[in-house]
Amino acid sequence: MTVFVIRRLLQAAIVVLLMSMIVFFGVNVVGDPVDMLVSPEADQAEIARVIRDFGLDRPMHEQYWYFLKGAASGDLGNSFIFGQPALKLILHHMPATLELAFTALLMAILIGIPLGLYAGLYPDRGSSKAIMAGSIFGFSLPTFWVGLMLIMIFAVWLGWLPATGRGETATFLGIEASLFTRDGLSHLILPALNLALLKISLVIRLTRAGAREAISQDYIKFARAKGLGTGRIVGVHLMKNIMIPVVTVLGLEFGSLIAFSVVTETIFAWPGMGKLLIEAILQLDRPIVVAYLMIIVLLFVVINLVVDILYSLLDPRVRLGEQGA
Amino acid sequence: MTLRRTATAAVALAALMAAAPAWAEKLTIGLSSEATAVDPHFHNLTPNNMIAAHVYDALIGQDEKQRLIPGLATAWKPIDDTTWEFTLRKGVTFHDGTPFTADDVVCTWERAPNVPNSPSSFGTYTKGKTVEKIDDYTIHVKTDKPYPLVPNDISTIYMVSSESGCGASTEEFNDLSAAHGTGPFIMTAYEPGSVISLKRNDKYWGDKPQWDEVDLKPIKSAPSRVAALLAGDVDMIDGVPTTDIETLKKRDDLTLSQGSSNRVIYLHMDQFRENSPHVTAKDGGEIKNPLLDQRVRLAISKAINRNAIVDRVMEGVAIPAGQLLPDGFFGVSDNLDVVEYDPKGAKALLEEAGVGDGFKMTIHGPNDRYINDAKIAEAIGQMLTRIGIETAVETMPRSVYFKRASRGGEGDLPEFSFILVGWGAGSGEASSPLKSLIHSYDKDRGFGASNRGRHSDPEIDTLIEDALATVDDAKRQDMLAKATEMAMENVGIIPLHYQVNTWAAKKGITYAARTDEHTRAAKVVKE
Repeated sequence: MTVFVIRRLLQAAIVVLLMSMIVFFGVNVVGDPVDMLVSPEADQAEIARVIRDFGLDRPMHEQYWYFLKGAASGDLGNSFIFGQPALKLILHHMPATLELAFTALLMAILIGIPLGLYAGLYPDRGSSKAIMAGSIFGFSLPTFWVGLMLIMIFAVWLGWLPATGRGETATFLGIEASLFTRDGLSHLILPALNLALLKISLVIRLTRAGAREAISQDYIKFARAKGLGTGRIVGVHLMKNIMIPVVTVLGLEFGSLIAFSVVTETIFAWPGMGKLLIEAILQLDRPIVVAYLMIIVLLFVVINLVVDILYSLLDPRVRLGEQGA
Repeated sequence: MTLRRTATAAVALAALMAAAPAWAEKLTIGLSSEATAVDPHFHNLTPNNMIAAHVYDALIGQDEKQRLIPGLATAWKPIDDTTWEFTLRKGVTFHDGTPFTADDVVCTWERAPNVPNSPSSFGTYTKGKTVEKIDDYTIHVKTDKPYPLVPNDISTIYMVSSESGCGASTEEFNDLSAAHGTGPFIMTAYEPGSVISLKRNDKYWGDKPQWDEVDLKPIKSAPSRVAALLAGDVDMIDGVPTTDIETLKKRDDLTLSQGSSNRVIYLHMDQFRENSPHVTAKDGGEIKNPLLDQRVRLAISKAINRNAIVDRVMEGVAIPAGQLLPDGFFGVSDNLDVVEYDPKGAKALLEEAGVGDGFKMTIHGPNDRYINDAKIAEAIGQMLTRIGIETAVETMPRSVYFKRASRGGEGDLPEFSFILVGWGAGSGEASSPLKSLIHSYDKDRGFGASNRGRHSDPEIDTLIEDALATVDDAKRQDMLAKATEMAMENVGIIPLHYQVNTWAAKKGITYAARTDEHTRAAKVVKE
């Protein structure tokens, strides 16, 4: 297992390096940040000063070399528009996104698995068909539209929940989050639901398909013949087998929940990383874009690692060290 | 949900005390923009300057029409051609209790252009001027050569304290340890991307705001901003999208305020290349750039139905433009009217210029910078095609557009032939657009920095330069007006319309629209 982890980390380092190169050169092809930064009233001399100060007059490979040198010592460069270290800005916005992603993931599990299981065990009931039809909506409706509809219904018409922003935060067990206050939770529900909707549908479908397949297999029949209760058959034998694909997909989806919650964060004015990223892209704040994508690559690598380890726990047949990886 | 809580508390209080006395008033505003820092000298950009105006004062203020009004200086006058005397206000203290004196002005002047990592510095305004302390409440501003815009430039620099502010870094302003101004509000919290919290400065020297507390929340997505207002999350929003204005007007629980801005939307035409890259003959062959001919430019201007653009594209929320700034600004001409829609006259002019058969060109524009920018470009494309100039439309995000429009072509020259742009006159008078858009491009002397069509007329150049060296207001007004008239005569650029900005608030809350597009909580009034 240790060998496996080390090998994985080495691979990750190579991926990160390649990624940094692609992203760095990629963002440098698009537009010129100077036009986004400088006040229109500025004269040519001021424009020249900004170009010089931000090192934009240097050849690209030289800029990349400076970036790599900085990155080696943990400095991913300063944001053009905020003048602060990009890494610091991203980490500052990370808790808000993490709590949103965790809540959405939790919703996906707590709502998706029971509904999927129900639809899988009793496929012929009307309610099961309704669940499956609902999951198609969850898949096909665009996130931004659903977000606006949620705001219209729950904030504007019913007035139950606030429309935008993040609520009060409180510290619990050393973690500062808005999960621990009433105001914070009321702000969290709508964006989290918006983000979770697609994942809920996904989990429903995966769980249903898994349950349908497993239910007709011999070991279930055998368990039944042995006289085990339905609760134990479903809860232990069935669940354990259908969880493997669900865990894999949720792991990957969790990464994308964190990395690309851009639309939801924009609509709900949620002060997370996604909003930081999209604004950085629109204003060509290159250091933030590069740093962000590098962090995301690391994140995906770590999540995949965790998923592989979970795998081995769920399915004893999987041995990590023997995998070709 | 602080607002709802305040509302509940208010109801409870009102029930307790029938003759409701004043209770803690809180205002929450949803803003379409966000400042990049709360250091008043970090980034010379409208959203930043707007936030700074809540906490800091400049020596001279700008009222809602950008006319200069006394700020931390009570009076100012030129005492000779290159020296201005400012009398400072007495008895003003910073939020940390230290008194405001000439020393603060001297050190602020030092700090403003020299903030490290600044993406756009205030050097644009401090350049060429030195500040000298005469006594604690008198300063002299000296310029290299006669320069009439000293008061305008002074009005952009927010004063910080020599004790806590001048030596402070941007981080210290952002964490509020150095954020002591003299302004109407004291900043109590700054959460980037989330909220800026303010409380009233009870020792403010001017009219104190009506609000005890103010929260400024950035909500950049327009539909979400409107929804936040409708849901009661915020009491007021700026940047109301034109498509929602009609719907919001019909609601009786909201009030809207509108006013023209200092921003003109206009067209630049390539006036410096014999062969313009995006202009061809109808069969696609090369032709001599027809835009060099004043008659062709005038024909284009006449072919544009500005009223139709305002009515249909802008949903009535814009004012057709005949020059660079709307009426009421310093330096505008009284003799200029909006060019009338006259497709026949336009065709006759094309005939006269020898391109009666028309030609082909492309209009380029941004699609995320100005209100409805891409739609305006499309409308213009259609109108020009109607008089025989087959016009293709190409729009792109501003992050790509501005570089190409300014220096995307060969030899760092502007890449396009015919473009849609806008210009907001930050100084609130006509020299700002004249200097940047009409004056010949002159890199060394800092003229024509945004002159992307490279219009050039030495006579106008001289007039603009003379005006910028004429301290006498009446004379300068006439010179600027004359320069504008000559530029319009040349059809150096084609003005389309002035943008109109809209704010929406709950009934009972009113705001006087500002031409500089600022939202200032201190001026929000509750009836």
